[in-house]
Amino acid sequence: MEPPAEVVHWMFGVGFVFLGLCLLAEALVGSEVWRRRAWRAYLWPGIAFLMGVLMWPVMVFYTSSAIHMLAHSAWAQALMLVGAAQLGLVRGKLHNQLWELTLPLALVVSGLAFLIHEQNPWFFSRSAFLHHALGWTLLAGAVVCLGRAVRPRSPAFNAGFAVMIVTVAALLFCDRNIAPIFGHLSPLAGAR
Amino acid sequence: MDAELVRQRARARTRHSWRNTAVSALGPLTALAGLVWALAQPYRVTLLDPDKHSFWYLAVQPPLLVILVGVIFHFWVVPGLLADLEEVEEHSA
Repeated sequence: MEPPAEVVHWMFGVGFVFLGLCLLAEALVGSEVWRRRAWRAYLWPGIAFLMGVLMWPVMVFYTSSAIHMLAHSAWAQALMLVGAAQLGLVRGKLHNQLWELTLPLALVVSGLAFLIHEQNPWFFSRSAFLHHALGWTLLAGAVVCLGRAVRPRSPAFNAGFAVMIVTVAALLFCDRNIAPIFGHLSPLAGAR
Repeated sequence: MDAELVRQRARARTRHSWRNTAVSALGPLTALAGLVWALAQPYRVTLLDPDKHSFWYLAVQPPLLVILVGVIFHFWVVPGLLADLEEVEEHSA
């Protein structure tokens, strides 16, 4: 008994909300305070990695076309790469700060995956709109994260990253299998 | 002299307490957002009409989950974080 696709999106939305709260709190108190307890330091990279792992079954059970499957596998790999790199940095196994660039890289790959695999225009359906919105949100987030990699202590970049994650959560919660967007729904998308 | 030190420390705490307030507000604000969402879109709260919905729609209700995330964050993550924040602020003051 598989959950409907929109329900899966909402479950990932819950993960992103928690991730966003952790990042917002870290931006407010600073990394030094946030990392004073080891479990807290591992929290958001661990959640990102876990969501990457959970994206694989989504890829296997929910994708109906090759391009859709490739997009989901790109998101799975991006989440796992970011989670693993951040875990390595926090644990001290990775020393080179260039690993921080995995975050903007993953966001660029994920954003492009959204934009490339959505072949319909913005107002085709709600799903199409959300794919475009998510893609551009992630690309904008990549710019913020590039700034974060250069200036890791900047509260503005850290808060910007957190807000971007919360925005992704909100967009995921808006998802429906078939629904109009601002009154538009193409007959090809299932409008009656 | 001691009273002066106490006053200085109190001033320092006041100066830094906006972080404390902001972190404390994250969980309740998230839960409030979930509550407002539930009131704005009551059809998302499928428990109000359980006979019409299948298992997954009853198990995953976004407004209630957002409230739950806010509560978990507030009671699991925030207390330790505030303790560490106060410790660091006291040392730096």
